[in-house]
Amino acid sequence: MTLPIFPEEASKIAEQTDNLYWGLLCASAAVCLLVFTLMGYFLLKYRNGKNVDRKPVHLPEMKIEVTWTLASLLIFMCFYAWGAKNYFLIERPPPGAMEIDVVGKQWMWKIQHPEGNREIDQLHVPLGRLVKLTMTSQDVIHSFFLPEFRIKQDVVPGRYTTEWFQADKIGSFHIFCSEYCGTSHSRMVGNIVVMSPADYQTWLTQGQPGNTLAQSGERLFRELGCSGCHVGKSVVRAPPLEGLFGKPVPLNNQEVVTADEAYLRDSILFPAKQIVGGYTNDMPSFSGKISEEELLQVIAYLKSLGSQTPVREQ
Amino acid sequence: MANSATAVAEQFDDMPQQLEAATLGMWTFLATEILFFGALFLAYIVYRHTYPQAFADASRHTKIIHGTINTALLLTSSFTMSLGIHASQRGRNRALLGFLLVTMFLGCCFLAVKGLEYKSDIHEHLVPGRHFPHEMPVQSQIFWFLYWIMTGVHSVHLIAGIGLLAVIAWMAARERFSAHYHNPVIVSGLYWHFVDVIWVWLYALIYLINRH
Amino acid sequence: MNATLPQSETREIPPPPQRLLTYFEEGGRTIGSWLLSTDHKRIGILYLYSILFFFTVAAIAAALMRMELVTPPGDMVSSETYNKLFTIHGTTMVWFFLIPSIPSVLGNFVVPLMIGARDLAFPRLNLLSWYLFNFGGLLAIYAIAFGGVDTGWTFYEPYSSAFSNTHVLTMVAGIFVAGFSSILTGLNFIVTIHKMRAPGLTWFKLPLFLWSLYTTSIILVMATPVLAMTLVLVAAERIWGLGIFDPKLGGDPVLFQHLFWFYSHPAVYIMILPGMGVVSELVTCFARKPIFGYHFVAFASVAIGLIGFFVWGHHMFVSSQSVYATLVFSMASYLVAVPSAIKVFNWTMTLYRGRIYLDTPMLYALGFIGLFTIGGLTGLFLAAAGFDVHVTDTYFVVAHFHYIMVGGMVTGFLGGLHYWWPKITGRLYPENLGRLAALVIFIGFNVTFFPQYVVGYLGMPRRYHSYAPEFQVFNVMSSAGASVLGVGYVLPLIYLIWSLKHGKKAPPNPWKATGLEWQTPSPPPKHNFAQTPIVTREPYQYSPEIQEELIHG
Repeated sequence: MTLPIFPEEASKIAEQTDNLYWGLLCASAAVCLLVFTLMGYFLLKYRNGKNVDRKPVHLPEMKIEVTWTLASLLIFMCFYAWGAKNYFLIERPPPGAMEIDVVGKQWMWKIQHPEGNREIDQLHVPLGRLVKLTMTSQDVIHSFFLPEFRIKQDVVPGRYTTEWFQADKIGSFHIFCSEYCGTSHSRMVGNIVVMSPADYQTWLTQGQPGNTLAQSGERLFRELGCSGCHVGKSVVRAPPLEGLFGKPVPLNNQEVVTADEAYLRDSILFPAKQIVGGYTNDMPSFSGKISEEELLQVIAYLKSLGSQTPVREQ
Repeated sequence: MANSATAVAEQFDDMPQQLEAATLGMWTFLATEILFFGALFLAYIVYRHTYPQAFADASRHTKIIHGTINTALLLTSSFTMSLGIHASQRGRNRALLGFLLVTMFLGCCFLAVKGLEYKSDIHEHLVPGRHFPHEMPVQSQIFWFLYWIMTGVHSVHLIAGIGLLAVIAWMAARERFSAHYHNPVIVSGLYWHFVDVIWVWLYALIYLINRH
Repeated sequence: MNATLPQSETREIPPPPQRLLTYFEEGGRTIGSWLLSTDHKRIGILYLYSILFFFTVAAIAAALMRMELVTPPGDMVSSETYNKLFTIHGTTMVWFFLIPSIPSVLGNFVVPLMIGARDLAFPRLNLLSWYLFNFGGLLAIYAIAFGGVDTGWTFYEPYSSAFSNTHVLTMVAGIFVAGFSSILTGLNFIVTIHKMRAPGLTWFKLPLFLWSLYTTSIILVMATPVLAMTLVLVAAERIWGLGIFDPKLGGDPVLFQHLFWFYSHPAVYIMILPGMGVVSELVTCFARKPIFGYHFVAFASVAIGLIGFFVWGHHMFVSSQSVYATLVFSMASYLVAVPSAIKVFNWTMTLYRGRIYLDTPMLYALGFIGLFTIGGLTGLFLAAAGFDVHVTDTYFVVAHFHYIMVGGMVTGFLGGLHYWWPKITGRLYPENLGRLAALVIFIGFNVTFFPQYVVGYLGMPRRYHSYAPEFQVFNVMSSAGASVLGVGYVLPLIYLIWSLKHGKKAPPNPWKATGLEWQTPSPPPKHNFAQTPIVTREPYQYSPEIQEELIHG
């Protein structure tokens, strides 16, 4: 259900958020009605000058206090649970989503599709597909806000954050930056364009990207010298990377971590932070030598190396 | 604090109320100081948990001799402070003055040793920023950032403590204290002990990680 | 009160003065004697002047912002300027108006009177607090006047240390210094309330204003030091380019948020609890009834203070903190709402079988209850994690906290100021103008801030200089309301100042209120009480069955 005072609902999550809003509104209206009516009634009835019975009566104070305390608590817990349930749905992307990368910088959004298409301040997506955004910032904290989808996620420098959605309405909707990031924060806006799958395909091919994200990543992998140690025989022993993504990695301090995007990023920028078990701290840092977009391209390439979830061809 | 040994400040009804108020005031103030340092300790804990190797590596470059001497100095100064309080409870102003001067002196020695240590640290470029040694893990800069801030803030508190004791010493020199009135000495002692306790924690966290 | 002076000194045995000198007269009449006074009543007034100044600065910033926001494009001021305006508005309102307002003005004045003491525990520390406050304020004004600050009042990293080109350091220093003022005031109140209560005045005979201020003081001394240290870290990063929050070194910008909000969430309880305390005083007096559920209201204050330390992460649901942290903070945020709800219910039930006088302070108290209820309910909206994802960082949040801070706290402050005005100044303010202003403020406030809930849900982010055209109608409404609200605030300024010279002289107890502060003359003498009073009665021993004649101007 939408009203002129609600944004359009472009996804199921949007609907669920609106439902929660209605629930909260109704409960609040009921409380306000109760409290304000009672107050108004008392103010009118017991106003100075009115001749009414003001003799103190013995009220069961403890019972009253306990009752409204427990009643409030109960109602609050219901909304806590409802909000928590919705929150889980928002934060946990279902499997099988197409992955799009977002790099925020003062004051624009740089989007990279796996097929290689790049956009600035625009995000084209197909209707009905699960989309998962992997996001990072080049500078300060931003936030990727899609009001018609009722979702946002901070985009933080130094780490990857994710956001997912499934558009169920064709159209052009808002992208707003919603974490203050400096001078042109209010102009760091754009459009998310939901197209029919056929139109989306057309858009992809018309974009003529050249290399896919993974192909660009492979080129960087060679140019930056990664293949020198990680591929074939080399002087320096380096862990093999085929099928690495998503797998557990035992470190040299008995800890076991999962090779997700954050792990790969940290390995490239801060190799000394976590050393793989059985290896030495020989990898140089690429901090300052590789941009956030390029990092994402290399990670896309690594994901495509015989991993469980290869980069999907569209 | 009273104008003379026995006059009660005008907002209080009697001396016991004044003494209790002063003591509660100092304890409350120390509670705020715990929160003040607590934020730093929290940052330390978070980053040490995230970068255990970098922190252990950095700690090995701290000057344990300076740190240990300083710990001994401060612990001794707390002892002499206690002796001073003991003397004040017996109204022995001269003895109190002596102990206070020794305590302050030990505090100054701490600062001198710290100063030498800082000088040495700077010489080795153990300061986060452009000149930080390349061979050290980059996250150990976070350790050093915390080192400078934590020991720096502690030193500021120590200087304030020395100033506070100077005031008490001045009062002792004027024979202001007696068996009936020596609360300012106790309250100042509380502050001094607190500064000492904070140092003991800092000593462990800064100098003693992973020393074999 | 008769204004006769003591007899001349040539008589051998001067008769006793026909009345005690007030604190205006005793202690010196020069400005110097005021600036060096350790009298809590004078210091309260000194604070009043200070916060009025800062309120004006912050209000002007708000006025300029609302003017800009009448049209979607950012065409009145530049983006840099707009960003500085909302930063100035936020920092000045939070640290230099709201936090000190009730505690340092009304609290300083009323606390010793309410507990039957001659002054606070540490009067000289009190004066030092005021000087620290103004020194901090001076630094803030310097930062504002010589180029401004554009980080937002929240100083998020890494923007505030590595990217902003404005006077961040000076502003941060100002807040740091003012923070010590807060800590010392809180310390003073804690020791005073513990140790200087009149004989017979046990904890559960204390007026609820003192329970609120006591809890506020605990929060002040516990939370402010964490802010102080966090600001030191930001300053160190900015000055020396070190990197504790810098991701390039492996530092964590989100750690800053944890440290900042650990203070800043309890800070909002510092801001609202005193207002709630005032409301408890007003509702009992103007309904002529003991408070319903005294113990519950007292414990509710303490509960709010305590639980309030565990909810900070609700400002960070989308910051990339873990899902589990979010769930814990969401739960705690619902729990902290329970004692607030209890208070609203208790105030409402106090009206039952009361005798209600709709004087200005009561109008403000009723306004507080209404607006706080709405603002508090929207807090429940925000506590729902799944809902917050959509509305966090939008005008929905802006509306929520303005309902609490302005609809709640400022209203409470004005209510308390009017209530204790006769005691403080010895004059009565003109009652009809008081009621008019209260009404204008109430209407202006709602027209300003209610549309912001709507436009926030529609998706308008906060801190936006320019915005999408579909948000305009709500912004126009909001700005129109703001102009009415502005008029509403100017009215008390005018008539309260007018009353100082021309208002009717006030008797000791114009409101026929209980409480020790009303057992002294209006205004009180310097030492408050000739003899320490002894308390035997429960608080709020009002009788609604008796028709009292309240004296107003």
